Amino acid sequence: MNKLKGNIKLLQGNEACVEGAILAGVRFFAGYPITPSSEIAEGMARKLPQIGGKFIQMEDEIASMAAVIGASIAGLKSLTATSGPGMCLKQENLGFAIINEIPCVVVNAQRRGPSTGLPTKPSQGDMMQARWGTHGDHPIIALAPSTVSEILTLTIKAVNFSEKYRTPVILLLDEVIAHMREKVEIPAQEEVEIINRKKPTVPPEEYLPFKPDPDGVPPMANFGEGYPYHITGLIHSQKGLPDFEPPEVDSFIRRLHNKIQNNIQDILIYEEYLLEDAEAALIAYGSVARAAERTVKLAREEGLKVGLLKLLTIWPFPCERINRLAQQVNLMIVPEMNLGQMVLEVERVVHGKCRVVPYSRVDGELINPIEILGKIQEEKK
Amino acid sequence: MKTVIDRYIREEMFPHIWCPGCGNGIVLGSIIRAIDDLNWDRDKIVMISGIGCSSRITGYVDFCTMNTTHGRALPFATGIKMANPDLKVIVVMGDGDCSAIGGNHFIHAARRNIDLTAIVINNMIYGMTGGQYSPLTPTGKFGSTAPYGNIDQSFDLAELAIAAGASYVARGTVFNARQSTSLIKKALDKKGFSVVEIISDCPVSYGKMNKMKSPVDMLKWIKDIAVSKKVWKSLSLEEKKEKYVTGEFLNIDKLDYTELYKGIIEKAQKMGGSE
Repeated sequence: MNKLKGNIKLLQGNEACVEGAILAGVRFFAGYPITPSSEIAEGMARKLPQIGGKFIQMEDEIASMAAVIGASIAGLKSLTATSGPGMCLKQENLGFAIINEIPCVVVNAQRRGPSTGLPTKPSQGDMMQARWGTHGDHPIIALAPSTVSEILTLTIKAVNFSEKYRTPVILLLDEVIAHMREKVEIPAQEEVEIINRKKPTVPPEEYLPFKPDPDGVPPMANFGEGYPYHITGLIHSQKGLPDFEPPEVDSFIRRLHNKIQNNIQDILIYEEYLLEDAEAALIAYGSVARAAERTVKLAREEGLKVGLLKLLTIWPFPCERINRLAQQVNLMIVPEMNLGQMVLEVERVVHGKCRVVPYSRVDGELINPIEILGKIQEEKK
Repeated sequence: MKTVIDRYIREEMFPHIWCPGCGNGIVLGSIIRAIDDLNWDRDKIVMISGIGCSSRITGYVDFCTMNTTHGRALPFATGIKMANPDLKVIVVMGDGDCSAIGGNHFIHAARRNIDLTAIVINNMIYGMTGGQYSPLTPTGKFGSTAPYGNIDQSFDLAELAIAAGASYVARGTVFNARQSTSLIKKALDKKGFSVVEIISDCPVSYGKMNKMKSPVDMLKWIKDIAVSKKVWKSLSLEEKKEKYVTGEFLNIDKLDYTELYKGIIEKAQKMGGSE
C-alpha cells in the first residue's frame, strides 16, 4: 500500500479543485452557477474569505471572466469555473486575456452538449473548443485530469503555468471526475511549488509592459504598483499602445504562440502505462483514461500487448511523443466521449505511420473497460 | 505653457482619432479637471473603457488604463476594485456600449453599489461603426439602421441607475462643460456606484442623419434640449418628450460592496475555525 503523508481526505473532484486553487495561491473567484461545476463556486464562496480572498457571483459568465481578468491585473491570482453553455460565454474575454497575457485559470467541467444538452452527464465534447473557442489565431494551455487527486495537482499546475507564461489556462474536467469522490492526499502548503508572475526590474519610465524577456514572457506590473500603462484588446506595441504596422502585428502574434511552443517541454505532462513492449496503444485522457488503464490490464491478461498513453496536457499537443509511439506500435485506439476530436490530432501527427482508430461514445454514459477491450479485439482480427 | 490637461495625457497618442466637433474631447477635459481638483494619487487611479469612440479615451490618459471588450468595462472594473479596493476606478462608456451590450452589467454594478464611477458619453448613436441607432437614440430620430426613423423607446439611464441601486446619479452635457466637471468631481468623490451621463454630440453620424450639419448646430441643439430640474418640473409630459433634465438626481450614503465584503471576510474568519 502506498504510504500517504499529509492530510488525507475523501474529496469530490470539484472540492479538490478548490483545495488545489487555494494551495496554488488563488485569492479571487468570480463565477455563475452551472451544473456540473457549481460546487467549485460554492467551495470558493466559503473558503476564500476565510483566508482574506474574495468571491463574487457575477450576473453571467461573460462578466465572471471579465472580473477574473480585472482581479488578476490588480494582483490576485484568479480562477473561474463553468460548463459548456457558460464556457461559450467565456470565450469573448478569454481572447482578451490571451492577447493581453493576463494570468488566470478557467475550469470547464464538461457536460454533454451541444446547447443545454445533458447537464448531469459527462462528455469530452469541448476539447476542440478549448483549443479554438475564442476567435483568431491564439495559443492556449489546457490540462485534463483523470482522477480527483490529479484535479488537485493539475489545478496547482494550471495556476503556475498561467503565472509563468502570462496566459489563461483551461482545466478540462468532465462530469464524472467533477462529481466523483476519491481519497486525496492534500499536500502541506510548504510542499507546494508556487510560481508567481515576473515583476518588472526597471523603473516605471523604462517599463515596456509587453516587451518579452528571452523566454518570450514579459514581466507584469499589477495596476496600482506605480507603473501606469495601457492594456487594450487591439494588437499593441511593446508599450501596450495600439499598433497596426504589419511587421509589428506579425511579430506580436508569433511571439504569443512561441512563448508557449518554445516552452513545450515544460508544459507537456503525460503518463505512460505498459507501453515499453506495446504493439497497440490506447491514447486517452480525462475519466476515459481510467477505463483505458483497466482495459490495458484486461488485455494483458489475454496476452495482448497493449499500453496506454494518458494525456494530462491536452494543448499544446504532445506531437513528438505520439510520433515516436507511432513508430513502435501498429495500432492506436483513441477512446473519447465525443465523435472523435483528439483522434484528429493523433491522425495528423501519426500521418499514416500506424493505424489510428477512434472509439466514440456520445450517449451521456461513461466508456467502460470492456467495450474498449472489445474494440481492440475487433481491430486485431 | 503646460495646461492641466497636458499633465495627464499621453502625448505620443495624439493627434486623437475623434472627428472634428466630437464631444468626447470635452468630456475627457472635464474628467481630467475633476481628477486634478481632487488631487488624487495618480498611481492609484485606474481608468477602464469598453469599445466604441468613447472607449479610446483610456488610451489618451497616463494612468493605469484598460480598453476592454464591448459592453464589459464594468465587470472588468468590478474585478479590479474587488481585488484592490484602494484603487480609484473610473469607467468610461458610450451609450451603445453601456446600455445595449453592457446593459445587464450596468444594472448589476448599480445593484451591488460597488465603488466605481461610470461616466456614460451619450451621443445617442453608434458612432464608430457608422451611425446605427442605440438604445438611447430618441424615438423618431434617424440612424443608418433606422432609415425610416427609430420606433424604439429609449432608456432613461439616470432613472435606470437610481432604480437599480446606485449612490450617485447625475446628467450633464458637453455644452455645459463646467457643470459636467463639477458633477463628475462629485461622482468620483462618492463612495458607492456613481453614474454621470453626459449628453454629447456626434456631428458626423447623428448630426448628418438628423438635419444638423455642423458641430455648432449640434451644440445649439444640445443647449436647447437640456433643461434644469427647475424648468423640467414646469414642463408638460408632451414637452418633456423632447427634453433632457440635467443636474444631480441622487446623492445618498450607503455602504459600498467592497466595504460589505470586508464584513464577509471578518465573519468567515471568525467562523472558519469551526470547520
